[in-house]
Amino acid sequence: MDKMPKWADVLLIPLLNLVLALVVSGLVVVLIGQDPFEAMAIMVRGAVGSTYGWGYTLYYATNFIFTGLAVAVAFHAQLFNIGGEGQAQLGSLGVALVCLFVPWPHWSLALAAAIAGGALFGAAWAAIPAYLQAKRGSHIVITTIMFNFIASALLVYLLISSLKAPGMAPETARFPEATRLPFAQDVFAAIGIDWSRSPLNVSFLVGLAACWLVWLLIWRTRLGYEIRAYGQSEPAARYAGISQVKIVMVTMLISGALAGLMGINAVMGEQQRLLQDNVLGAGFVGIAVSLMGRGHPVGVLLAAILFGALYQGGAELEFETSVPREMIVVIQALVILFTGALDNMVRDPVSRMFLRWGRRKPTPQPAGD
Amino acid sequence: MAFQDTDTGRPGAAPDPSPGNRGDGATPAIELRGISKSFGPVQANKDIAIRVMPGTIHGIIGENGAGKSTLMSILYGFYKADAGEIRIHGKQTAIPDSQAAISAGIGMVFQHFKLVENFTVLENVVLGAEDGALLRPSLAKARKLLKQLSDEYELHVEPDAKIEDLGVGMQQRVEILKALYRQADILILDEPTGVLTPAEADHLFRILDGLKREGKTIILITHKLREIMETTDTVSVMRRGEMTATVRTADTSPEELAELMVGRKVLLRVDKTAAQPGAPVLQVEDLRVVDSQGVERLRGVSLDVRRGEILGIAGVAGNGQSELLEVLGGMREGQGRVLVNGEPIDLTGTRSDARTRRRRGIGHVPEDRQREGLIMNFYAWENVAFGYHDDPAYNRGPLMDQAAIRADTEAKIAKFDVRPANAWQEARNFSGGNQQKIVIARELERNPDLLLVGQPTRGVDIGAIEFIHEQIVALRDQGKAILLVSVELDEIMSLSDRIAVMFDGRLMGERLPSETDERELGLMMAGISDTGGDHDIAEVERNLAHPSGDPHKES
Repeated sequence: MDKMPKWADVLLIPLLNLVLALVVSGLVVVLIGQDPFEAMAIMVRGAVGSTYGWGYTLYYATNFIFTGLAVAVAFHAQLFNIGGEGQAQLGSLGVALVCLFVPWPHWSLALAAAIAGGALFGAAWAAIPAYLQAKRGSHIVITTIMFNFIASALLVYLLISSLKAPGMAPETARFPEATRLPFAQDVFAAIGIDWSRSPLNVSFLVGLAACWLVWLLIWRTRLGYEIRAYGQSEPAARYAGISQVKIVMVTMLISGALAGLMGINAVMGEQQRLLQDNVLGAGFVGIAVSLMGRGHPVGVLLAAILFGALYQGGAELEFETSVPREMIVVIQALVILFTGALDNMVRDPVSRMFLRWGRRKPTPQPAGD
Repeated sequence: MAFQDTDTGRPGAAPDPSPGNRGDGATPAIELRGISKSFGPVQANKDIAIRVMPGTIHGIIGENGAGKSTLMSILYGFYKADAGEIRIHGKQTAIPDSQAAISAGIGMVFQHFKLVENFTVLENVVLGAEDGALLRPSLAKARKLLKQLSDEYELHVEPDAKIEDLGVGMQQRVEILKALYRQADILILDEPTGVLTPAEADHLFRILDGLKREGKTIILITHKLREIMETTDTVSVMRRGEMTATVRTADTSPEELAELMVGRKVLLRVDKTAAQPGAPVLQVEDLRVVDSQGVERLRGVSLDVRRGEILGIAGVAGNGQSELLEVLGGMREGQGRVLVNGEPIDLTGTRSDARTRRRRGIGHVPEDRQREGLIMNFYAWENVAFGYHDDPAYNRGPLMDQAAIRADTEAKIAKFDVRPANAWQEARNFSGGNQQKIVIARELERNPDLLLVGQPTRGVDIGAIEFIHEQIVALRDQGKAILLVSVELDEIMSLSDRIAVMFDGRLMGERLPSETDERELGLMMAGISDTGGDHDIAEVERNLAHPSGDPHKES
């Protein structure tokens, strides 16, 4: 055995990272004179202690699933798409246009069209940096982050001009009632289960389907094989006749489309209109989710739920205690720091520990040697 | 492990006195006792003992991964041994870092030189060993010493030349001068001839001989049996982390050393019948390649490869051979005319790539299997599909047919004796030889009309070399055309039916293996076509120092 077992890699290490992040967060909470255990209890109860908490947790998680998958897919081609924020904003615009300007008879048709619209707009927004990378060699990190600002400015412009609804706020009109997606409470009520009101809606199921499709794409299709090969070694991809331009373009289009799908949850599912900022940093959280999930859809799903719980638990903490809002951002940042940036700090000692274990086991060598 | 082990290993045996002992009772210049080192579960060195007498050249030979480099890294203070002791001139010496190694009188010439490219020779020699805050006195002292050394040992270098303007042979001399400037009297050279032409290698060995006569002790690490036989006084053989034997060179033979290295009898030459060449498969006319920096790498190459023959391209690394393989393999664009089976091939890259080349019946074993031929983090079965992943047999509807690929992999692993026979092992966890077998299996089993092979046995153990050579010859005997590129002249000489020598992006000419020798090929590799005349090493080096090709490309 020359490395640690897989379960340790995918489960133990993220867990240890999380625990470390929580311990440091606890110390910070102590520093501002609060009881860390109580704070922890409030956060856990707030996030998963009721159907209300679960509703919000999974609602946030749905956003992070889409943005997390977006980052993960690009990362398999060794492309660091940090433009999830902008692509999600454009995706929201696509969803809004579909909902505002077509009279849909039923929400299911509207949802299908909104998926197409969100994906298309998100992909289109990723296409420009992808083209610049593939053909011109402009670094995708720089261009995608620039495009976040352009997206945000573009949206503001549209919301104060052509798309603006009558009134003071820079927002669109409310979407027609027929485009309203069923909430969790509606679905559960239909089968006789009592579920508190929350913004959790059927988009969550779309998110689960996206996880499965991404898994299928990356590990079962020829395109996914080519994406992974290109991501592992560019010269090898050239040797195998895998086109760099094609992989960069297609991967970024898929990535942008996934980020754009976030709009169906936030815009169509919850707000029912397009606001100035629908994404609220989910594009960036997606990076942490993807890192923690090791680029695997199951990992992304679990990490998205964890971050959803942190968001929801943090909101409860702010509500119930005098822990300031900034503190919650600090805790979230610590989790990102430990799971993403400081991963090797835990990984190296743990893998050494496993190596020592492995060696202590009897090896097939003569005893007297 | 399914590996035949002979009884040559003597675990735990006391170190026997070195047969290279000249004066009786003399103290060895360097003595290692019971050195062990492991990395995780891998035992890289196990109870190693060596004694090297002053004023001798001691060879250490072994396959890749036998532990030679680890041992030398311990001697030079890069690694700390888990157990054992090092004695220098009879005195136990701790070597915690390279500074300690230098003050103990050990000098090291690495395989990849550690020189500052845009510094002069003099500045490189002094670097890290300056006498004070001011450079001038050190440089003056070094200049005097360099003059003296170059007179004594043929270590000629131009003190004020910049490293980037020097050829590899001369850069290597700068490394030796660096060690001598630091008053090394034990000199370790790690695979010193890997990048040299035969003439340069001979020159290096003359230098080493001179140093030896002055009483310096030299340790030469190599995998080339011929060098060991020609230059060393004593030789130690390493296999799988153990020192399997130490013998006087005069008392052994290449066959015996090879057997000690591998643990079984190996065939050192290639068994093949005369070629029966047929119609041309590959016809290249005036092929040119310009790289991204605008440098012309191929300057009008024309050649033919016929059915049933192996055309070997010899040359010093970086003279255009890589570009030739890449452009033919569809990895690079070029200009000129290339016909395969009489049909032209698009070289512009607009209508063709490596994939379309494969469909035209061109197999390609690339020069660098770890960077190009394999995806190191992919499983063996994923690598077996690599490049052929759009084959209908590997696909079922929109999804890849993994079961089919794995079944095919199992068959190829069995046929090419890949060890371990595990389709679920990642490529990086196979040894170099077995990685290469995976690539060879993938390319050869497609039954290509033309096989492009680059450095087929680089970093491959002797046992696998034999097997790979057999496979290439077998493919030739099936009437296929083979274009072989290798920097190992021995390999070119023994495999090729015709040999073309490449220098500075051009072919210097063709020879038949039976009508040429290493000396002649070596001169051609240095761009000298008048091979009958007398040529000194300076001419060879002058030529090699300034080809427009970049000699550093490989390192």
